[in-house]
This record gives sequence, structure tokens and C-alpha cells, in this order.
Amino acid sequence: MHNKSVAELSRELESGKISSVELTQQFLDRIKREDGQFNSFITVTEEQALADAKAADEQRAAGNATLWTGVPFAHKDIFCTTGVRTTCGSKMLENFVPPYDATVTENFRNAGAVCLGKTNMDEFAMGSSTESSYFGATTNPWGLSQGDKRVPGGSSGGSAAAVAARLVPAATATDTGGSIRQPAALCGITGLKPTYGRVSRYGMIAFASSLDQGGTMARTAEDNALMLNVMAGYDPKDSTSVDREVPDYTATLNEPLKGLRIGLPKEYFSDQLSPAMEQQVRNAVKEYEKLGATVKEVSLPNARLAIAAYYVIAPAEASANLSRFDGARYGYRCADPKDLMDMYTRTRAEGFGAEVKRRILVGTYALSAGYFDAYYLKAQKVRRLIQQDFVNAFKDVDVLMSPTTPSPAFIQGEKTNDPVTMYLEDVFTIAVNLAGVPAMSVPAGFVDGLPVGLQMIGDYFSEARLLNAAHLFQQATDWHQREAQ
Amino acid sequence: MTISRKDIEKVAVLARIRVDEEQVSALEKDLGNILDLVDQLAAADTANVEPLAHPLDAVQRLRADEVTESNQREAFQAIAPATENGLYLVPRVIE
Repeated sequence: MHNKSVAELSRELESGKISSVELTQQFLDRIKREDGQFNSFITVTEEQALADAKAADEQRAAGNATLWTGVPFAHKDIFCTTGVRTTCGSKMLENFVPPYDATVTENFRNAGAVCLGKTNMDEFAMGSSTESSYFGATTNPWGLSQGDKRVPGGSSGGSAAAVAARLVPAATATDTGGSIRQPAALCGITGLKPTYGRVSRYGMIAFASSLDQGGTMARTAEDNALMLNVMAGYDPKDSTSVDREVPDYTATLNEPLKGLRIGLPKEYFSDQLSPAMEQQVRNAVKEYEKLGATVKEVSLPNARLAIAAYYVIAPAEASANLSRFDGARYGYRCADPKDLMDMYTRTRAEGFGAEVKRRILVGTYALSAGYFDAYYLKAQKVRRLIQQDFVNAFKDVDVLMSPTTPSPAFIQGEKTNDPVTMYLEDVFTIAVNLAGVPAMSVPAGFVDGLPVGLQMIGDYFSEARLLNAAHLFQQATDWHQREAQ
Repeated sequence: MTISRKDIEKVAVLARIRVDEEQVSALEKDLGNILDLVDQLAAADTANVEPLAHPLDAVQRLRADEVTESNQREAFQAIAPATENGLYLVPRVIE
């Protein structure tokens, strides 16, 4: 059962071949047996999951099942879950048990899905390797059989590793600069970052509010569509969520791709990209040509400024968002504070890890008196230029294709000593968040036995078209079905 | 552009993060490298470009000024480090 997709498991449950309690127990047993080597979960909620599975079976018996009723999945530990601790990968929230649900949590609950636990992540979603988690690094299932401990990418590395290792069929994730697409690529699974505002951010612990977006991870595009059907929609509790109709993302999965116009941004096929990686991506594009697509080269002239703009905007917004962690109302508080200032400064020095502190300090600097115009305002202007590049590109093409990452999964510890080297990991993904457009990563081959991701970027609210293109690619290839040994 | 020891000490106070003396050198290097990375923005021509705050240029929505939340003081304070009589306790502020 652990090799089946969400769509298949849903059919098994519907046919009565297996109950949700049995299915849930199988996945829980698998997590217990296997996750020691991956550390993809921070918290496993066995008792709650079995109770939810029992309730799901009763729902089904009463004839009230949805497609998700009784299907197991996991949440990235950034989504608040009532009564279940939500750590965001930080010592600051090690014992934080939220008194409310994120809207995304509530949506899956209402659909009857069974949450098995909370997955590991870079602290406060700041990272590209899931090594900055207070709860220890997550290890990529790929490479282990060669004796290598490789990163799963990040920040949603726990969700990606858990799906790749078949510990859950699907998991939620978030993407601020590539945190869904990069780990999906490095773990050989399929991930989608929707348009900014498509999925509610309410109860999703904030990192950089103008960039953060919740999204989906699973092995197939079809399962990503099933997840987005549950997650997308207007939420009055999120002031930046968009009030716009949500289509059934599964309805158009099989639309023919004849006439699909693909653009290849020349800036993303630069010398940063290894020839072996480029070959895999070009092969995938050829597959699309066979399916009837046309291909042309396009340009995103300002994309080279994306990392610079991001590392002003994201830290600036993070410094404001994370000011709420003050030791007064919830979360960690230092021992024996001698006065209020001592409580603030030691609580934050002890509760945050090194990367989070670096980003708060950079952001505070960029927003401080005398620097605001030179950094934050300038970065927002460059952000407009980057957005315009995408707007212009989508006048001529329907979807942009590129590699998701410049290279496959790297060895743990290789990039932890130099923050800037780690930042360059997101060189192909970060502009998408600045523009706010949707994008996916889809398995598209292997280099040295490690998965390669094809990034597909669409115009605003074109998630259905992206999922359609990814689905038909997966009907023609089997990269997404490969399993790490 | 490099960042000085004095800048780091000032920013640490603004950010309410205690930075010990022996950490300053490492931060000087790391923050300096990050600022070097972002300095390429300076060369971009942004004359007559409007700053972008929301990708869809949405503006803040307003709602009716009505009470929509119920009082959940007990639930919220149950997870606080220290409370008394419904109040959050912090170290003495006024002598």
C-alpha cells in the first residue's frame, strides 16, 4: 500500500479493500521502522491519527466520504495544529502547542484526511538543506545506499524526504524562495508552489509575508492537484489571500498539450548549470515537443538580481515577523531574567539558531534609519523589474521551463559554513517568489544516480495548466515512480 | 560595503538579540558577505520604477468594525511562560 498514490489509496478505501485504521497503522508502522535513518518527522501523532482514522471509517460507513476521507498525509511543522505541538524547527517553539488550526490544517481536517504527524524543516523555513532544524538534520533517501548522507533540500526537506521514502503519500509544504521546489527536485518527487494568495497563510508561521506561500508535495501531479483542491481558496482571515474562483484542478489534467508554448529562459541555462543536468532538462523538453508543444528561447534579463533583492526583502520581513518571539506570551523564555531587556535579548539569543539570527540582524540593518531607501525600497523596485520580466515572457509563451536546481543533492555539511554559498542553491527558484507566479518541480531524470527536477513556471493562477502539463509528462515518463534503494 | 563592529552591536540592540563579544567577528564576516551579495542592487537602474509590495498589487482589505472573536484568554495563557490572575508576568519594569 505504501507505493500507492493518494488517488489510488482513495479508491482502495472506497472499494472497502482496506479500512483507514488499517492503512493508517501500516504507514505509522513504516514511519517507526524507517524514519530513524531519515529524521523526516519532528512529531508523529499516532494516537490522534488512529482516532481520526476510526472517525473516517465511520464517516465512510455513513456514506459521507470525500476523496480524502481516511487518506493519510503529513503537515510541515509550520502549519498550526490545535493540540499538537508546532515547532517550526526551532527551540523557540519546542513546546508550543497552538490553541488554533491553520486554515490549511482545518481544510484537510474537514476533508477527512488523517494527519500522521509534523515534518522536519529548516528553522523558521530559513534554509535550503533542512540542516538548520533544532531537531536535527533530515537525510535524503537518495544516496544512502551508496553510503552518502545527502541533504533533502529545504526548507520543506522533511515533507520531501517522507514522501520520497514512502512514509506518507503526500505532505503539505511552504515556499518562500524555493522551499517546495528545491527539496522536491532533490528528493525526486513532485511539488507545487501556487500563485501568491491562492492558499491561505492564516496559521502558517510567518517568515517573509509578501513571499510565503503554502503548497503541495506528492509523487504524482494528480496527487498535487487533489491536495490543491483542498488547500486553495479565499480566506477572510488572511488579508493577502485572493478572492477568486477555485477550479477543480483534476478536471483538466488530461487536456491535450498540442500547441502548448514553452519558453526556455536563457539566463537559467547558464554556465552555473552542469552539462549533465542540462542534458536531462533538455530531454524533458523534447518529451514535451513529442506531446505537441512548441519551444522558444526567452529572456528574463533581471533574474540575475533576484537573489540580491530576495536577501533584502526576506530578512527585512523576517526581522519584523519574528519580533513576536519575546518570551512574554508563548514559546521559550530564558532562565532567571534579571530585567525586561535581559529577558528579550537572552530569550532570542538562546531560542533562535545561527541562521535565523543572521537573517534577523541583516533585516534589522536593512530597515534601520538611514538604510531603508538604499536597501528595502531599492529591492522592492528591483522586484518590480523582475515581475515585469515574467509578465513580458508570458505574452509569448504559456509556461517557462528550466532546471529547478543547478546541481543534484549535495552532501550534508558541505555548505553549512558559508551562508552565501547556501543561498545560491535557490538561484533558479527565487525570482518566482518575487514575482508571485506559480511554479512546480517535476522529476525529470537522474545524474550520478540522484534525481533531477524540471521547473515549470506559469502565469498568475495557471496552476491547472501546470498540473495538466506535469500530469501528461508523467503519463509519458516514469521518473516520478522511481524509488530510492 | 562592509559592516563594522559598532554597526553589529547597534543592530543587535535594535533586534533585541544578545550578541556575545566572541561572536562579533564571525557576524562581521557573515553579514559583510551577505551585504556584499545584495550590493549588486545598487547598479540596477530603477529610475521611475514603482516599488512592489504585493505581487498582485492588492491593497489592504477593510472589514466592518465588529467583534468576531470570542474571548479565549484561558487557552492563550495556558501556553504562556508565566501568568497570574489572567495577566502575563514579566520581570519588573518600574522600580
